[in-house]
Amino acid sequence: MMVSENFEARLMLGVGILLIGFPWFADWLDEPYLVSTASRIWIYALAAMSLNLLVGFAGLVSFGHSAYVGVGAYVVGILAWHQYEETNFLGLPGTLEGFISIPFAMIVSGIVALGIGALCLRTRGIYFIMITLAFAQMLFYFFVSLEQYGGDDGLMMMDGRNKIPGLDLGEDRQMYWLSLVALGLATWFLRRLSMSRFGMVLHALRQNETRLKAIGVPPYPYMLVAFVIAGALAGLSGALLTNHMEFVSPDFLHWTRSGDLLIMVILGGIGTWTGPILGAIVFLLLEEFLPLLFQEIGLYLFSEHWRLVFGPLLIGIVLFAKGGLHALVFKQMKGVDGAFAN
Amino acid sequence: MALLQIEHLHKRFGALAATDNLSLQINQGELHALIGPNGAGKTTLISLLSGSLQPDSGLIKFHGRNFLQVPETIRPRLGLVRSFQITSVFPEFSALENVTLVLQSQQGHSFRFWKVARNDFELRSKAKEYLKQVGLDRESEIPAYALAHGQQRQLELAMALALEPKLLLLDEPMAGMGPEESLKVVELLQQLKGKITMLLIEHDMDAVFSVADRVSVLVYGHVIATGTPSEIRENKEVCSAYLGEHEIPVAN
Amino acid sequence: MILLIEQLLNGLQFGVFLFLVSAGLTLIFGIMGVINLAHGSLYMVGAYATAIGMQWTGSFWWGLLMALPAAAFTGWLVELVIIRQLYRRDHLDQVLATFGLILFLNELTTICFGRAPLFLSLPETLSISVEILPGLLYPLYRLLIIGTGLLLAFFLYLLISHTRAGMLLRAGTTHREMVEALGVNLTLLNTGLFVLGALLAGFAGALAGPLISVEVGMGENVLILCFVCIVIGGLGSIRGALFGALLIGMVDTLGRAFLASGLRLILPLDFADSIGAALSSMSVYLLMALVLIFRPQGILPVLGRVR
Repeated sequence: MMVSENFEARLMLGVGILLIGFPWFADWLDEPYLVSTASRIWIYALAAMSLNLLVGFAGLVSFGHSAYVGVGAYVVGILAWHQYEETNFLGLPGTLEGFISIPFAMIVSGIVALGIGALCLRTRGIYFIMITLAFAQMLFYFFVSLEQYGGDDGLMMMDGRNKIPGLDLGEDRQMYWLSLVALGLATWFLRRLSMSRFGMVLHALRQNETRLKAIGVPPYPYMLVAFVIAGALAGLSGALLTNHMEFVSPDFLHWTRSGDLLIMVILGGIGTWTGPILGAIVFLLLEEFLPLLFQEIGLYLFSEHWRLVFGPLLIGIVLFAKGGLHALVFKQMKGVDGAFAN
Repeated sequence: MALLQIEHLHKRFGALAATDNLSLQINQGELHALIGPNGAGKTTLISLLSGSLQPDSGLIKFHGRNFLQVPETIRPRLGLVRSFQITSVFPEFSALENVTLVLQSQQGHSFRFWKVARNDFELRSKAKEYLKQVGLDRESEIPAYALAHGQQRQLELAMALALEPKLLLLDEPMAGMGPEESLKVVELLQQLKGKITMLLIEHDMDAVFSVADRVSVLVYGHVIATGTPSEIRENKEVCSAYLGEHEIPVAN
Repeated sequence: MILLIEQLLNGLQFGVFLFLVSAGLTLIFGIMGVINLAHGSLYMVGAYATAIGMQWTGSFWWGLLMALPAAAFTGWLVELVIIRQLYRRDHLDQVLATFGLILFLNELTTICFGRAPLFLSLPETLSISVEILPGLLYPLYRLLIIGTGLLLAFFLYLLISHTRAGMLLRAGTTHREMVEALGVNLTLLNTGLFVLGALLAGFAGALAGPLISVEVGMGENVLILCFVCIVIGGLGSIRGALFGALLIGMVDTLGRAFLASGLRLILPLDFADSIGAALSSMSVYLLMALVLIFRPQGILPVLGRVR
């Protein structure tokens, strides 16, 4: 495998530790809202990273990943709503306990991914793209039609964020740390996964499926397990997102969100470790600050309609900048750890 | 004793009968060569045997067991292994990783999520032995895409061997190789002879006639003759059907 | 009974729409190997052009007439500038580039025409209903859509199975390199095909204008449904697209009309309503799931195509 990966991993760990101090840095800048922006970035980076497991490692282009984010988000939202209303869901009470609802969100997302993946993985290539997109749209309409849970308008978390013993998520800093730690743990987990026997099979699958069969490995179960893991991690990101926003709506599952996640992965560098994180950072910062930037320099038309610039920018990146930001950052550093460090 | 028994095999692609009432028997321990003009259906036969294609009718028996219903991914584990005509390795993996992956698949399922695969030294040293066997031990850390064409073919062979085949289907293992590399492969085949049963498809007639125990000639999807190299060389039907314009090479 | 026939006609009409958009999509994929997410935007262009044309001239017919050149021109431009770069790229690149194109086109439309939906009214002559069966009044306009759509489907069939261009198209679907090697100008063929697809999608948008609100993002909803049609019918096959579109049109319409009331017979009232609403909005996707289980290659796939 192409690796200056050890160096990259150490760098990530170092930067990750530094980022724990970011809330104080934001205080020092006197811009406390940056903490909230940063939480959002880590949450999306987690979703992008889970998508990268499919697209980058296994070579499966899923265009419906926001569905699993949305399912996780709704699980947390619905449980909180039943707690608030003091009603039951299928005979079970609602809850605001993070240790229950967040893992539960991951499990439900994983199960949904299992069902949808089992169908989608019967196909490849263009079919797979269209079908993952279509099933995501199905879930979108499903949540729109749930009048009980707010339909189009979604659900507020009336009692605030989840409760986790020892943490006060109501405070933005603690939410920030939770998001950062979740991203860190997920990255660590995925890295171990990628280097395990299972990971070797996924990498092999992307490179040459025919050959994999010829050495006696049936691809389907491995792809399905990868799909479920990616779905569960996306569910985790959704659970955090609901907590962060104290709100969930079908918009979380809108198909353009799936597109956004794919863009983060490609923009950052497909199949790399830092790629999805870099991609999420740049994407969300552009989304937040591009309008402000245009406002500053007096291009008012673009400040409202920044997508007019963003769309072509995206096309440009796809067509001309292979390898994304990761290649930009790490190309120069190749020598540091040896091109094929072992 | 017959290791592989093919009886009345048929496979059509539209109007083309790629395999037409093909019957062939491969005995335990022999190196059986299959020759025939382009388009005779050699690669189709390999695909039928490996299970990536399903025949329209006929019978494939391996170890006396009906093999038609055995799925493609199970056949290698039962000892029926193919190598590819067009080099087909995992390009981003190093040569060593290519072989380790094969060994890993030999040990059963790969649903192991936590232990780092490359730290499995037992697997690695075993893989190195296979690389050594084909003469690639010095290139073990080089990614497969960076290997020379001949070296990729060698890697292909190492991967096939790592599956510990009982019957090895070799689809033109020397295609695109220079004379020196070809010679190495011939030597390797000679070493393996007797230990592993092999079905060899090859255009290099010198090679075929020097290593094969028996030769079968395939024309239009049908076996027209089977025999020792010298029998085949003297067979008139073969001469007219296949080797018409060529002189049959004399073994060195 | 009357209600059932009426809903069947509605389903047919919806299916015809879906077909007009799917036809271009499936051909463009089949021949050029490109997945074009922005195909729905051409549908939107058609609808907007009709709305604007009608505002200018006051006549629906002129609006309809404007939709065709507008959609064709947009299609031509898109093919020239973007799609042509994507033929030899992988699907991921195609998806992202055309996704960027959607963002751009939607934003451009917002700038030009605002966010508020536009509404089109039909001319008097068309906004009447006719009695097609005793007791069954049906809007004339919808009947016209069905008629025109089926006529166009027939025309496409003639074009593809009985003309030289169609023969090349069919050959191109399965043996692209061969057609190229025969010296056929594939660039021209591709552009022509893309413009044809754009025309059909734009025409569908124009026809849809008076029935729905014309707004930004209308194309994408149709696009995803068209994906379902194509998957069900079999990728690259025009017959498949027609079959899939009609099936989806029917299932979606009938599901919305009858599912909830059907469930009321066996389930408690409010429960039946919410389940019915959820199920009917998901019905077409569930149908797709069934097709995937039993015929992953689609119901009428292109023969001889290697996937």
